Amino acid sequence: MEKIFNLQQLINGIQLGSIYALISLGYTMVYGIVRLINFAHGDFFMIGAFAAYFTVVLSSAKGLNIPVFLVFLISMASGAGVAALANQVAYKPLRYKPRLSALITAIGVSMFIEYIFSALPFIGPSYRAFPNNQLIKSKIFEFGTFTLSNYAIIDVLVSIGLMLFLTYLVKYTKVGKAMRAVSQDKDAAKLMGIDIEKIIMITFIVGGAFAGAAGILTGISYPRIFPYMGILPGLKAFIAAVLGGIGNIPGAMLGSYIMGISETFATSYNSLLGEGIAFAILIIVLIFRPQGLLGETIAEKV
Amino acid sequence: MRLSRNLKLIFYALIFYLFIFLTHRFQILINDYLLHIINVSLIYVILTVSLNLINGFTGQFSIGHMGFAAVGAYISGILTTLIWKIQPNSIYNYILFIIAMIIGGISAMVIGYLIGLPTLRLRGDYLAIVTLGFGEIIRTIINNVDYVGGPRGLLGIPKFSNFTIIFVITLISVIVMRNIVYSTHGRAFKSIREDQIASELVGVNTTKYKVMIFTIGSFFAGIAGALLCHLLQIAHPTQFGFMGTILVLVMVYAGGMGSISGSIIAAFGLTFMSEGLRLVLRQLDEMTPTISIGIEWRMVVYSLLLILIMLFRTEGLMGKRELKILVPEEEER
Repeated sequence: MEKIFNLQQLINGIQLGSIYALISLGYTMVYGIVRLINFAHGDFFMIGAFAAYFTVVLSSAKGLNIPVFLVFLISMASGAGVAALANQVAYKPLRYKPRLSALITAIGVSMFIEYIFSALPFIGPSYRAFPNNQLIKSKIFEFGTFTLSNYAIIDVLVSIGLMLFLTYLVKYTKVGKAMRAVSQDKDAAKLMGIDIEKIIMITFIVGGAFAGAAGILTGISYPRIFPYMGILPGLKAFIAAVLGGIGNIPGAMLGSYIMGISETFATSYNSLLGEGIAFAILIIVLIFRPQGLLGETIAEKV
Repeated sequence: MRLSRNLKLIFYALIFYLFIFLTHRFQILINDYLLHIINVSLIYVILTVSLNLINGFTGQFSIGHMGFAAVGAYISGILTTLIWKIQPNSIYNYILFIIAMIIGGISAMVIGYLIGLPTLRLRGDYLAIVTLGFGEIIRTIINNVDYVGGPRGLLGIPKFSNFTIIFVITLISVIVMRNIVYSTHGRAFKSIREDQIASELVGVNTTKYKVMIFTIGSFFAGIAGALLCHLLQIAHPTQFGFMGTILVLVMVYAGGMGSISGSIIAAFGLTFMSEGLRLVLRQLDEMTPTISIGIEWRMVVYSLLLILIMLFRTEGLMGKRELKILVPEEEER
């Protein structure tokens, strides 16, 4: 009995981990390139969920039937758009100011998005049910010892697809090469004729799009959305990025899966433990391996 | 006769105290509502100056300050409400309250030490995320412990904090923190802010000093939390969440990182502004019957203010300058 139970939890953990992975990739990419903890990243995720919600609700009110693919695109585009806007308005003017000021601005942007959403009368601070059955019909496959919902399959497949796309983008394209160059040495990259601001913008857009995709996947799998939904997953995804080694893309994926799986196991044991496990992991990582699992120690430069 | 600057500071503070106290006593200018706002502002002065020690003077980035305030509030509240069950009827009980407050502060300090020690060894933004996580952990724990009321909050706390106590403790805290800033240790803190590697090279034990300032800041946050819950007569988990810390952060950065006088001005200014916004929003709400303008807009204004301060006046209202009255004479050049 114990073993069966664990297999089910493992599947749930992988499902949760895939969503964390999509969020933490954006965190880790932005951190790798501009050395900024973008606290507003969790809110891009929330925006993705709300964009999907409004698309589905409004289109079904008009009797239209929007294909799922298009809803995904709208979510990703809105996440990317807000990320680009935040970068342009709030982070770009502070690029050469002390790093702390950009961090505080990021908190400001995050609070602003959350509160403007809960203050706007047509959104409001209350919970909403995400129309997940309207978007994709729920199916549950019984396997005797465990069950598998099609939502879990979609979550894992979409996130793996996007991760493959990202790996391709970073490793085999010119933009990816430029990204890697900027993250290693900004000044040298500039001397090589790379438009740094453009690369930073692309990073924000890709990160925002991934967060938007994570938002709609969360809406489908855990159908309850509200303006503050981005805070905790954002935080946990960030911890996952730290766990894997911040600035490191495979590290973020690994960290996210570890995080998702340990969280579901801890929650199945005790719900209080589930809420605290992320921070326990964080503190253990900081004590024993501050550079993260796959991170390298970088010598301090004077 | 020339008064020394410390005496002058205490003299001005005494005038301020007598002015507020007497005008409230005879209900000339200050009614109970205004006095309450002044009390809250004074508590925010402690919180803001203590966060400024960590963020402004030492250049570390803590965003879980209200978590420490929560520790102080709950520990002292449990002592006065659940264990000793005291009511404010004699001087003796006020002394017990002060003891409870100090125990609350010391517990916050111990937790600050335990959190700071592993985190502050590292460079970079780790402190931010750890303190943020710590705030969440504290909130989760409080929410799940029924003994302290869980999500209801700790109710029935006796009203020990009156204007006199709050004023005296704020004055003492500000003077103590001022003296820390202008001591030999204070120079070490500032050198860490300016350049950590260079200060390490001249022999400053950076980890020790960072942990030290973080511990001191946590202690004063705990004291402020104890005062706050004995003023509001409730300690509630949401009160000490991330939003609470953001308010204090805005005050620190609006006043100026590394300026005690800036923190004091910002704590008063923003507390009054926040109450003013409440009134303005209510007016607007009554004027537009079709649309309801909620109190959430207050936080929208706050976060917008934070972004705008960072974009257009990164150094804050006062920058690193101080009012002359807060600078010891020997420091002057």
